[in-house]
Amino acid sequence: MGKIYVAGVGLTKIGEHWDRGLEQLMVEAALKALEDSGLTRVNSIYVGNMAGEFLQEQAHLGAIIAEDLGMVGTPAYRVEAANASGAAAIHAGALEIASGKADAVLIVGGEKLSDGLAEEVSSALLMGERQEYEGFIGADFYSINALLYKLYMKHYGVKDDMIAVFPMLSHKHAKGVAHAQYPFEVSLEKILSSPYISEPLRRFEVSGVGDGAAAIVLIGEKLKSKIKAPKTELYISSATDFMTPFEREDPLRFQSLGVAVNKVLDEAKVDRGDVDLIEVHDATSIMAAISLESSGFAEPGESGKLAINGEFDLGGRLPYNTFGGLKARGNPFGATGVYQVVELHLQLTGRAGKNQVDSPKVGMAQSLGGVGATAIVTLLKAL
Amino acid sequence: MVRLNGVAIQGYGGYVPRYRIRAEEIGRLWGREKQELPIEEKAVAGLDEDSVTMAVEAARIAVKRAGIDPKKIGAIHVGSESKPYAVKPTGTIVAEAIGAGQNILAADLEFACKAGTEAIQLITGLVESGRIEYGLAIGADTAQGRPGDALEYTAASGAAALLIGRLTDDAVASIEAWNSYVTDTPDFWRRESENYPSHAARFTGQPAYFRHILGSINELLNDEGYSIKDIDYFVFHQPNVKFPLAVAKALKLEREKVSSGLISGFLGNPYSATSLLGLVRVLDEAKPGDAILLASFGSGAGSDAYILRVLDGIEEKRDRAPKLKDFIERKIYIDYASYAKFRGKLRLR
Amino acid sequence: MRVPRYWRNKLFRYRLVGWRCINCGAFHHFKPLVCKRCGSRGFREVELPKTGKLLAYTVVKIAPADFKDKAPYLIGLVELDDGTRILAQLTDFSQDELKDGARVEAVLRKIREDGESGIIEYGYKFRPLVG
Repeated sequence: MGKIYVAGVGLTKIGEHWDRGLEQLMVEAALKALEDSGLTRVNSIYVGNMAGEFLQEQAHLGAIIAEDLGMVGTPAYRVEAANASGAAAIHAGALEIASGKADAVLIVGGEKLSDGLAEEVSSALLMGERQEYEGFIGADFYSINALLYKLYMKHYGVKDDMIAVFPMLSHKHAKGVAHAQYPFEVSLEKILSSPYISEPLRRFEVSGVGDGAAAIVLIGEKLKSKIKAPKTELYISSATDFMTPFEREDPLRFQSLGVAVNKVLDEAKVDRGDVDLIEVHDATSIMAAISLESSGFAEPGESGKLAINGEFDLGGRLPYNTFGGLKARGNPFGATGVYQVVELHLQLTGRAGKNQVDSPKVGMAQSLGGVGATAIVTLLKAL
Repeated sequence: MVRLNGVAIQGYGGYVPRYRIRAEEIGRLWGREKQELPIEEKAVAGLDEDSVTMAVEAARIAVKRAGIDPKKIGAIHVGSESKPYAVKPTGTIVAEAIGAGQNILAADLEFACKAGTEAIQLITGLVESGRIEYGLAIGADTAQGRPGDALEYTAASGAAALLIGRLTDDAVASIEAWNSYVTDTPDFWRRESENYPSHAARFTGQPAYFRHILGSINELLNDEGYSIKDIDYFVFHQPNVKFPLAVAKALKLEREKVSSGLISGFLGNPYSATSLLGLVRVLDEAKPGDAILLASFGSGAGSDAYILRVLDGIEEKRDRAPKLKDFIERKIYIDYASYAKFRGKLRLR
Repeated sequence: MRVPRYWRNKLFRYRLVGWRCINCGAFHHFKPLVCKRCGSRGFREVELPKTGKLLAYTVVKIAPADFKDKAPYLIGLVELDDGTRILAQLTDFSQDELKDGARVEAVLRKIREDGESGIIEYGYKFRPLVG
């Protein structure tokens, strides 16, 4: 297996882009990434997108993006794994680099949620659960999270402040971030007094609805010396779990994430303690807590306490969601996994501006599909 | 009038939805005073209920009480005037939901408020002729009353099911005799595609309800040699509280013979289910040997009258499943706004 | 949901009939070819018990498009009497009854309607145990 490097990144601001379509956002991010890398052509394009068929009534995004980039002729496919679609596109592209078949690939993750009404976005999100089961009875993503939240509080004997601390942290880190959808702080009190979206899960504990696209250029060993742009080395691994958390041996544990994290650490020959910063899939506060615990960065039931003690602050032991995570930077479903890796890359190449973590060597991004049925973990090493 | 031979109720079930609206709350909108209101309160089906789901509720209880394998059921007749589909049978949904087999007769009936008691007659015929072993006769309605109309105070929701089979030692009650009395009398109707029924106001009384219900009862009693004093319980269709009491008065009945079968005062008039729910309430308390006279009324118009004899099996079977009292007592009061939401009176799309 | 898809799996929706793995006992809502837990291929059809207890519940306020006119509605995690866990809508609950551990029973209810002219989709919900 050949080595894989990130050689260029690009992103758009996340928000309501009324004047631009899904394709335009993706092309904008892709052009920025290409520009950052200095390349004008790649061997393949991988597009990550979850809900385009539903919200834009558009399939076949691979060929569309190739055409819109002026790259007709280049192989291009869309990769889908619910909320982890962007990370899945990275995984697919990385495998092509590792196999030696391609020297450079472009990955673009994009989603345009503002085209849909609130209930349509909810329906789109529900498509990441099993329609025959959760979908049929209207047990949406947030209701399943709410049930996990209750089981978590009961099992570990903690209150909601130990879970709601995670959105507070994401907002703290998003403050002033140019590409973030919500670049401001929100106090724990305000989070805990916001209305319920699905009791006990509150409105300020879940990511909002936004549009955005992010892109990365991956290259292999052959182009490494030819490209001047700052680079990082990429490792990526993935695993799945039972679709419904309540059919898992322990619903309060994302087994998929634990497996994928261990695999990627093993492949990168990195110890958990060597990870300098982490991007966690905080689509909801409870998923952040369970993610940190499932991947061994906190003991079961202890993640909230670590967060309150400042361990996940920008200057803490393990800086967390350094540009605001899904909660505050934003969560345009199929783009999110790519945003995470772009942000890690900016950190590891010293280009994170005022959010820069002190000389990090290793960063990890965790992307989840559904409520943890898919986990894709990317690890970047500084060169 | 017909003497039946060897046919019995093997199981029965009554279902009343949980929600109640007080007549006073409806009257509040239309400026009616308490003493003008025909009943106290009525049962209202929830947002997720219709005559299909209520028929299933009642049928499941009847099957449970009978303790039979639902695969032995040979026919399901559902009487209703509030079918959720104009075209698509209710009976097939009930059949699958209770686990009945595929080689059955499933047909829906409509005859205003007497479609449920008509179902009994069809099922008893099939059982008596040996064509089926068991059959289900169901009456289920989410009755609609036009907002502001007199019917709005009483039009209610509910379902009742009788599981009928051959007469055995452990049956609930034998069905001894039947009579039906029908004429073409347009007292109440609903045209195709209309949401609410219309009626001819006071014309629904003497020429319709009273003439038919007394017609069917009197002929049944006279021709089959029953006398009123042989009957322990009387159950009548009851569009309100006043009408069945007027029938009782005309027949010179003691109050205690009719009171157990009176439900409209606190449940309203769930059309096809009304007289059957009255019967269910009586079966919940009757003793072996008791005779029951059941008389329905359906606008249009007609009445079915039956004589039932309670058997020893009731003692054991009664406690196998929830009684009507259990459903009557678990009520939750709703206001007119919730009522309008639950019963589709708010246009949401 | 498209009509044939709704129709295909009505046994589970109407009566909680599914398939249990003969080898490991894992319950499958819909007819499997391979056991999701142990990978074996033998199943027997089972009808789950209709009663159980509520483990946890929540309220859906911002519902998916098909459920918009039903919101707010309750979602519960129910443990049936044989230990099988099942997600379901809860119905007919009063505020006082809504607590973890409540005894519940399965009933057939309308789940959603495909507009004014499409089919009505029925399925199980759980309500407080009656009687």
